Amino acid sequence: MAEIRNYTMNFGPQHPAAHGVLRLVLELDGEVVRRADPHIGLLHRATEKLAENKTYLQSVPYMDRLDYVSMMVNEHAYVMAIEKLLQIEVPIRAQYIRVMFDEITRILNHLLWIGAHALDVGAMTMFLYAFREREDLMDCYEAVSGARLHAAYYRPGGVYRDLPDTMPQYQSSKIHNEKQTRIRNQAREGSLLDFIEDFTERFPAYVDEYETLLTDNRIWKQRLVDVGVVSPERAKALGFTGPMLRGSGVEWDLRKKQPYEVYDRLDFDIPVGVNGDCYDRYLVRMEEFRQSNRIIRQCVDWLRKNPGPVMTDNHKIAPPSRVDMKQNMEEMIHHFKLFSEGFHVPPGEAYVGVEHPKGEFGIYLVSNGANKPYRLKIRAPGFAHLAALDEMSRGHMIADVVAIIGTQDIVFGEIDR
Amino acid sequence: MNTNQQKVLADVLTNVLADNLVGQHQLFDELTIVVRAKDVCAVSEVLRDHKDLGFDTLIDLCGIDYSTYGDGLNALGQANGRRFAVVYHLLSVSLNQRLRMKVFVEDNEFPVVDSVMTIWPVANWFEREAFDLYGIVFSGHSDLRRILTDYGFVGNPFRKDFPISGYVEMRYDEEQKRVIYQPVSIEPREITPHVIREKNYGDSHIE
Repeated sequence: MAEIRNYTMNFGPQHPAAHGVLRLVLELDGEVVRRADPHIGLLHRATEKLAENKTYLQSVPYMDRLDYVSMMVNEHAYVMAIEKLLQIEVPIRAQYIRVMFDEITRILNHLLWIGAHALDVGAMTMFLYAFREREDLMDCYEAVSGARLHAAYYRPGGVYRDLPDTMPQYQSSKIHNEKQTRIRNQAREGSLLDFIEDFTERFPAYVDEYETLLTDNRIWKQRLVDVGVVSPERAKALGFTGPMLRGSGVEWDLRKKQPYEVYDRLDFDIPVGVNGDCYDRYLVRMEEFRQSNRIIRQCVDWLRKNPGPVMTDNHKIAPPSRVDMKQNMEEMIHHFKLFSEGFHVPPGEAYVGVEHPKGEFGIYLVSNGANKPYRLKIRAPGFAHLAALDEMSRGHMIADVVAIIGTQDIVFGEIDR
Repeated sequence: MNTNQQKVLADVLTNVLADNLVGQHQLFDELTIVVRAKDVCAVSEVLRDHKDLGFDTLIDLCGIDYSTYGDGLNALGQANGRRFAVVYHLLSVSLNQRLRMKVFVEDNEFPVVDSVMTIWPVANWFEREAFDLYGIVFSGHSDLRRILTDYGFVGNPFRKDFPISGYVEMRYDEEQKRVIYQPVSIEPREITPHVIREKNYGDSHIE
């Protein structure tokens, strides 16, 4: 009889299902995975070290580039850590804006996840559908910050500016004539809030559309049900957070359990899975679409009724208005100091975790009283999840590894940092 | 975590850990305990298994290099000239509480701490990361390899004496027809200097 040996296969770093730059060394027995050894770090940029060499404000844009599909939530954890050390109050309107954009970001993230996950498993259409909606949400990003992805919109003390009164509109061109352009611009006539409200009206129907395509789909279920099962105890031991933990049936969501900003004033539910397999995690995230939509809607209603400042008036931390700066010596000095030396943060340490679309995203900030962080540690949810890939994929087929990577919602910007 | 819950937790920790507890302090809504390096495993086990503690998840583990922290460090956490620390952020999902555990590593030249991988499996990669970036060795870890840096990387990049530009850069060499490493050619520069102001500078320090 011929000698039977396990053989090793390289999956990635240039594999389309590797979600970026994952190099996975798989030890196979036929088609069955015996061991999976993820090699990460191909996208390592030493964000934490760079932050030690920059002022606090200069590091905000780096946060966007960690998990580059949920940009604003990363910023949120970072600015909250700074605010905790500085012990400053954020205006209530800014908190609502932040929560609203956190939820918009959650939908953005989950849309990319469902698109990529379904594409990996073989449903091409989902990707196109998901990107149709992402387009609208990225326009919200653009309207508010000027950037479609890397917003740098949250700042220590509030948000960069208030919500705009107009939405950018499409121009007619050779491809879209004037009549078509008018139809495309219909939702964009009013303010950003009108546009977002219109989106929340439309969105539940879109989610139904995705569910029609996937939830009862025979192939989708064959690929997901009973794949990558994690028990609740094991999920906790493996450091799972977010939908990965909830998929295993643990009722844990920082927005409910340790509420930050205005989450305790909002009405929403936390979906929880039962079996802890890929399919349950899929269902959990689908429900999160609807719940995020609900939260956005409540924020829109509140924001319409309650105008107010969106940035703290402590000009040691937040810049003064341009008009004041040009008429007032004191404000001029503040402005100059803020953008040359930056503000100083009192010595101490703080950890802030937020409910990131992928799990708990944490910032551990150590300050020695300087204008730069002494140590910044970024706790990326994907890091712990990917570490469990070995355990989750053992005994499964190669094709299931792809489904498991998809269900973990891996993004290398945050894992490699 | 509210202050009441925190006080209860602090009392439980004082009772349960007794002599193993070197320091304990509270800042904002966060509780930090300092533990000796040799006790890490014993303490961790208690933290996980005691019914009033129940820290079933290790949220984060990271290394810190305190060598350039300056004054005020001893007040913050009993460093006593020790350079490296390992910080554990624990979370109890069942009791909804958090705790920070800090361990100062005895030897500055060859820092060693016991691995908590058997207590919280999630520590696996976090410890590999701290080993990679700070050179802290975790004894008892089953697979202590570098994780974030390149294959064949030399040094521990997050130590404070490691320059931000690194020591080597990589380029394609036309003559040798391959990618080579060479010493870095960038000049070190600091755009914004690192400043610590004396207390009450401009008589309006942030309260």
